[in-house]
Amino acid sequence: MSSTAPWISDWDGDGLDTDEMVVNMGPQHPATHGVLRLELRTDGEVVRAARPHIGYLHRCFEKHAENVDYPGVLPYADRMDYVAAMGNTLGFALTVEKLLGIEPSPYVQTLRVLMAELQRIASHAVAVGTYTMDIGAFTPFLHLLRDREKILDLFEWTCGARLLYNYNWVGGVSHDLPDGFLRATRDMLSEFDSVTFPELLDLIIHNRIFVKRIAGVGVCPRELAIAYDLSGPNLRGSGLAYDLRKDEPYSGYQGYEFEVCVGTGQYGPVGSCFDRNWVRVAEMRESSKIVHQALDRLEKMEKADVHEKVPKRVKPPKGEVYCRSEAPRGQLGYYLVSDGNVNPYRLKVKSPCFTAMSVFHNLAKGMMIADVIALIGSLDIVLGEIDR
Amino acid sequence: MDAPAIHGALAAAFGDRITGADLAAVSPFAIVEPLAIAEVAAFCKADPALAFDNLMCLSGVDYPKETPPRMEVVYHLFSYRHRHTFALKVQLPRESPAVPSVEGVWAVANWHEREAWDLFGIAFTGHSDLRRILLPDDWEGHPLRKDWQDPEYYNGMHVKPTQQMQERALGGEPIGVGPFDFTPANRSQEEP
Repeated sequence: MSSTAPWISDWDGDGLDTDEMVVNMGPQHPATHGVLRLELRTDGEVVRAARPHIGYLHRCFEKHAENVDYPGVLPYADRMDYVAAMGNTLGFALTVEKLLGIEPSPYVQTLRVLMAELQRIASHAVAVGTYTMDIGAFTPFLHLLRDREKILDLFEWTCGARLLYNYNWVGGVSHDLPDGFLRATRDMLSEFDSVTFPELLDLIIHNRIFVKRIAGVGVCPRELAIAYDLSGPNLRGSGLAYDLRKDEPYSGYQGYEFEVCVGTGQYGPVGSCFDRNWVRVAEMRESSKIVHQALDRLEKMEKADVHEKVPKRVKPPKGEVYCRSEAPRGQLGYYLVSDGNVNPYRLKVKSPCFTAMSVFHNLAKGMMIADVIALIGSLDIVLGEIDR
Repeated sequence: MDAPAIHGALAAAFGDRITGADLAAVSPFAIVEPLAIAEVAAFCKADPALAFDNLMCLSGVDYPKETPPRMEVVYHLFSYRHRHTFALKVQLPRESPAVPSVEGVWAVANWHEREAWDLFGIAFTGHSDLRRILLPDDWEGHPLRKDWQDPEYYNGMHVKPTQQMQERALGGEPIGVGPFDFTPANRSQEEP
């Protein structure tokens, strides 16, 4: 053997390939955001191919929905994306209302927008918080969960639940706002705008370590994002400004002023893990703007009966409808077939996390194992919604 | 483009292979001959006036009570360029439903088709990896079919309450396993 082994700094990486090894990551892995199992075919630290296995949290939502009446579906819908339950029930209520041809009063619509946007702030706080924990920073997670608690307190005050609300009903909402809610929300938001949000930018987003870690990792080009039907922050992180609240408004979103946030690639290629997180954080600020406007409206508005348009018996005519709405994790679509009965004939859910997970094997190819963790977190999946 | 114009473009290109349509529905759709679906899908994506680059949703539906009994696969399409939506449907015989895969046109169809295979038993010919996705690999049957019956056993485990257990529960008898009794001790007999 010659004594001229190359210096490590001169080594170009050739000639030291090892045998491939298959590594099982999950289903009980803390960084897989639930029960997700990944099979990784690795060569040293590099992932050559990946194969996700889902279904560990399958609870037969679609089968259940066929066997209960329409209002009975709502609590099940809550349990799909349990981090952002307001968005699930809002989507389902909109779908049934579209088939029934009813539209709730402006007061109810404003309440829905208010709750949906508060939920978006809370959901993105969890997404970014757990993400920092995935890549090694524990403290921001605690800060963000603390701020989310304040929003959950508001929800609890309104409808009694902190996680699964059953708030958006077909034709209305379950509870009117309690006295003093508007003022408390204002206080919460003023703290969010002046303290929490600037702190979030300083502590995480423009933190040099955070940027260096993820700015070039997990780049998803726009064409790939469209081919795999990514939506929400994942799509906008790839640079496509498409937001249903702006482009196909529902519940009166056309009357609010806010911007659609997109990834600009300010620290690296467009569509990286950084851009997806940047979009989430920027959206928290836009949501705060929308909540302020909703509060302004509610202050001027007469209180109305929130059950006014709730049908005694939800029985849509025979027909079918596909309706989508912008949940915090992307476009949540419901395909509903009615045969004129009191329960749905068929209800299919297009979950944004499902499609985000289906692009994973494509992005993970050629990555380091540690970057796979960074990638999963940046797609912000909730397994409850993938598996339904 | 609105729904009639999209349907017109499809009918002009494919003639009688577009076998029906409902353009007045809440979500308008056209019915496509099953064997033509991959071609129609490729046309929908490639044609510059249609430009359906996004498959929003792919769903299976079971209609055992129609004559003849059938299964449907529904494709909900969206175009980011023109911002219009449309839906395609194929109707399959219920006995052995099979339809060409559209995975080559929209990559996201891969997982949606696996789901439809898993829950409905619809076979997608030409699919690269048609495995179960939500249910365990050793599951038998396709539960979203309307004639689905819960199995008695799964992997040797009894998973369905027996008639006897049901009668005992309805009769108010405590149901436990072995020496354990899960009836609350302080439960009064004269509950309203």
